Amino acid sequence: MKTTKEITTEYIWELLSEVPDPEVPAVSVVDLGVIHEVNELQNGSWDIKMTPTYTGCPATNFMALEIQSRLKKEGIHSKVDIVLSPAWTTDRISEEGKRKLKEFGITPPQEGGDVSSLFGKGPDIPCPRCESVNTRLISQFGSTACKAHYQCNDCHEPFDYFKCHK
Amino acid sequence: MTKQEALFEFLLRKADDSLILGHRLSEWCGHGPILEEDIALTNIALDLIGQATELYKYAAEVEGKGRTEDDLAFLRLEKEYKNVLLVEQPNGDFGKTIVRQFFFDQFENLLFQSLTESKDEHLAAIASKTILEIRYHLKHSSEWMIRLGDGTEESHERVQDSVNDLARFIDVLFFQDEVDEILIQEGIIPDVKKLRAEFDKNIDEVLSEATLHLPKENWQREGGRKGIHSEHLGYLLTELQYMQRAYPGMEW
Repeated sequence: MKTTKEITTEYIWELLSEVPDPEVPAVSVVDLGVIHEVNELQNGSWDIKMTPTYTGCPATNFMALEIQSRLKKEGIHSKVDIVLSPAWTTDRISEEGKRKLKEFGITPPQEGGDVSSLFGKGPDIPCPRCESVNTRLISQFGSTACKAHYQCNDCHEPFDYFKCHK
Repeated sequence: MTKQEALFEFLLRKADDSLILGHRLSEWCGHGPILEEDIALTNIALDLIGQATELYKYAAEVEGKGRTEDDLAFLRLEKEYKNVLLVEQPNGDFGKTIVRQFFFDQFENLLFQSLTESKDEHLAAIASKTILEIRYHLKHSSEWMIRLGDGTEESHERVQDSVNDLARFIDVLFFQDEVDEILIQEGIIPDVKKLRAEFDKNIDEVLSEATLHLPKENWQREGGRKGIHSEHLGYLLTELQYMQRAYPGMEW
């Protein structure tokens, strides 16, 4: 265990990068981009500013608990503040996070197109298994709030797509 | 009425809209016509209840009387709920649920887009967060309007009947009183009257693609914002509030 002096902001970020997203355990809360700030308080405990992905995301409180218990293992006391602003967007997912998502079988958010446009064409959504863009939308709402459900027309793999959210 | 009282009332109205519609959609859990829609409707319910939570939290803070978001959601009487009548209407068939959602999403999309520029920073933050979710809801309900309206003879007829039935709850989405006047003056909320033309245009665009139309006889109902509700809300609240009434202060 480190002494108080050795506990730096970088060290806290390092520990946070070991806390997995409970619903997509392949990525950490840092990869996901939900941590805004980490600050040491006067009493030596730490304040973590976290933002939810979706307002109703049931994992938000669970993530906060996971963060606190990971830090506590190193003898570090912390509190997690849930902040709304600036709002989380899928741009906050790190490149590393996107790579891990794909490895896990989830297509990361794709650029281009307008999600709100009813008749316009959105971006191509590649299959995470065979890379084909010959895929079809099964449902805009998948197994969690942040994912849509697709199927590949070439290799027939059903897969999750991490919806673009910005 | 002070600015603070007006803001509390406005937040409560919008939180109630989201909570009641979220509860209605959650009634579809396990009853969706297909698995994907069962999941979609309950996903949207989750977003709406999440939005309600943020709005109630802020309302409780603005009120400053020590109430929590749970007190506001669970421990008020029917006449203290200020949601519009549209959201408390029963689910009916899947088509009716979609029509109700479609009218609501079209309105929310314009309102929350404007609220992202509110002079009240907290409200603007909530709006910036929720508008991203609302756009997905709107796309979902609009696509189903087209699919059902321009679908089979039966789906067309049934969804047109629901349009005829629910169109009388549209005007009330644009209800305004002293609360709104104060907040418009302060730059906290937009004047929704100015959003009406765009709303009508957006509705028309989808309805015509869906081969549907608004009824000619369009007698409008009002009441919700003043706490006067249809008979349906009481039954809904009985279920929504059951746990807190049976086990006061219960948490999990």
